[in-house]
Amino acid sequence: MNIQVLADLWPFMVCVITLFVIGFYCLIVTLNLIRALIGIEILIKAITLLIIVVGYVSGHSALTQSLVITMIVIEAVIITIAVGLVVGIYRKTGSLDSRNIRNLKG
Amino acid sequence: MNLHLVILIALIFAALWTVMTRSLIRSAIGLALTSAILTIVMFALNAPLAAVFELSVCAGLISVLFVSTISLTHPLSRQEILQHMKDRLTRFWYLPILVAVCAIILSALDIKFSLKLPAHETENDVRVVLWNLRQFDILGQIIVLLSGVFGVVILFREKNKK
Amino acid sequence: MMHTLVLFPFFALIILNLPLRVIFRRLSFWVVFALSLIQIFLVFFPQNAFWGTHFNFLNTFFRFNLSADGLSMVMLLSIGIVTLTALLVARQMITDSDRMALFCSLLLIAMAGMNGAVLVRDIFSLYVFLEITAVASYIMIAFDKNIFSFEGAFKYLVLSAVATAMMITAIALVILFSGSTEFYLINYAIRASAHTSLIVLSLGLFLCGFFIKAGLIPFHSWLPDAYSSAPAPVSIFLAGIVTKTTGVYTLIRIFISIFGFNGQSQRILLLAGIISVVIGAIAAITQKDFKRMLAYSSISQVGYIILGLGCASSLGIAGAILHIFNHSVFKSLLFVNSAAVETQTGKTNMDEISGLGEKMPVTAVTSTLGALSCAGIPPLAGFWSKLLIILALWVGGLHVYAVVAILSSVLTLAYLLSIQRKLFFIKGNSEENSQIKEAGFGISLASTLLAFISLATGVFFPFIINSFIVPFGKIFGRF
Repeated sequence: MNIQVLADLWPFMVCVITLFVIGFYCLIVTLNLIRALIGIEILIKAITLLIIVVGYVSGHSALTQSLVITMIVIEAVIITIAVGLVVGIYRKTGSLDSRNIRNLKG
Repeated sequence: MNLHLVILIALIFAALWTVMTRSLIRSAIGLALTSAILTIVMFALNAPLAAVFELSVCAGLISVLFVSTISLTHPLSRQEILQHMKDRLTRFWYLPILVAVCAIILSALDIKFSLKLPAHETENDVRVVLWNLRQFDILGQIIVLLSGVFGVVILFREKNKK
Repeated sequence: MMHTLVLFPFFALIILNLPLRVIFRRLSFWVVFALSLIQIFLVFFPQNAFWGTHFNFLNTFFRFNLSADGLSMVMLLSIGIVTLTALLVARQMITDSDRMALFCSLLLIAMAGMNGAVLVRDIFSLYVFLEITAVASYIMIAFDKNIFSFEGAFKYLVLSAVATAMMITAIALVILFSGSTEFYLINYAIRASAHTSLIVLSLGLFLCGFFIKAGLIPFHSWLPDAYSSAPAPVSIFLAGIVTKTTGVYTLIRIFISIFGFNGQSQRILLLAGIISVVIGAIAAITQKDFKRMLAYSSISQVGYIILGLGCASSLGIAGAILHIFNHSVFKSLLFVNSAAVETQTGKTNMDEISGLGEKMPVTAVTSTLGALSCAGIPPLAGFWSKLLIILALWVGGLHVYAVVAILSSVLTLAYLLSIQRKLFFIKGNSEENSQIKEAGFGISLASTLLAFISLATGVFFPFIINSFIVPFGKIFGRF
């Protein structure tokens, strides 16, 4: 256990938080289903960066690298399923506008 | 450190462009660009293997996926595009300001992390960690990939029947 | 040997989908049937060598860090029961044998995912297996490929992705101060370290993520949509076990194995629980669609589980865990009944259906039992778990919460019984109902079994209290 002052950690954290804000804003504001997926992708990018930075500063980069590899595989599968759903919605309604698909309300 | 800063700012701008740009194709390309820049950051942060994964899967595979989806769904008509642009401008106009404010405030905060870090890991080779210590994750990856295959079979099969 | 609970569904999945599919397709129903029966059977023998860490030939290939405590056992039992139910109902409702084989494969994937999630002792592996479960359930929701199911699945996917994002951020923070992802190492680091703000931040992110996944009230918007738009066997599966594993089990697990309780987190849990209990019950009254009403009722019942957890006493946690089991039984039962009504009348709107009691006696009786159990009426199972939770609240000095919980229970009784009366016991339009007969053998068998389990757990509860409550107390006593 050694106490360390990590001065060079903060710029990365700023970057991570900013990416989070961008992704979240995109997810909330957009009306296009594909763009919502892009927002999710940017969120995941922010997390990937966060995990790598954490591994770098805490000296566990082997652990975090293997976590990130697993995460990327899962991310790819989830985006594939999501794209399948979007294409399905498009085939049924002929549009990608999320205002047209409000058949189900909370 | 300065180089890092430049790359990080480029990363933020790429993400911003991805979200703000008006055509979906450009958005998908922007996502690939963001991934590519992230790859550089990951190389710099001593994570080469994960960086290769990021480059091949995220910048490659997922962009292809997005582009093919966009071409599967028909483009809008001219009229709709104009209307759409107006809508988007009113909604996305705040984002650059929000990002700038957020970045400035956060940089001004400049929190110094003084952490009592845990002991460094005993095993430093990522291959050993991944294949020996995290076998359950590997099993999970295989099952997830299989379920992705089932998803594609079920969700996209309609075309064959027609 | 515990890893066979994950590996056997996985191997079965591969074998059933080999090129010789034509031969194996007919077998897939029986394979899932056998696997879930074996799982239920094994839970009743906790002393068996199966649950130990003995060496066998599989151990030479796979080195997994798994263990099962009382909570995991209860979850495994519920997973087995609900999978069996969903399978029986699916056999009735999915007639095409090709689609049935696909559905069985998805059930196997979800089963492997949930078994893995309840057995792992590593926070990142927990995430991986939650995602497996979630991916399987997105595909299952969209199984019918109509516009509603696509929408429900997409909504679930987006909110679940946000929840996952929060969860991984929290995992990253945990790695920052503990340097590991294993439960006991993190717990050790939390008790030793002084990074209070990081710990609070990561706990908050975990809480938000799991609240979304469990569908508690401020984050519930995906849940009724997903439940009501999914095909009937999938609604049973989702309501009975998937959201309980991905949201509620994980919540209990991070509290008892990683973070432990403090006053702040306890207050948040109690508040979230009571809001869900009350608003879920009120929203359920206003619903016209049978499945949506059950979905809101499900939110309300999850609220009770969270209340029990928020007591932070072994009595409360025992009540919460027992309520997870009871909820998975009676909510599956009610969804099976809704499937029966849906297949026989083709409608889910409650205003259009009435007087089915004479035509569908099995459905009427079992659904009344399920509703009474859900509302917490004495001889049935739901009564005991609610009693434990309310008792724990009262003993913990949280009298207001206890009173509100009792009042909402009365509200639950009111809406469930009015539905029972409307659907089954008042005289309906006899012309419309003349064609209707009892649902098929699979559905009736499933509902009878579940009603029997609910009744038996309730009646024999005084006898099983020692084998159930005492082990739960031990789980909590470790920390």
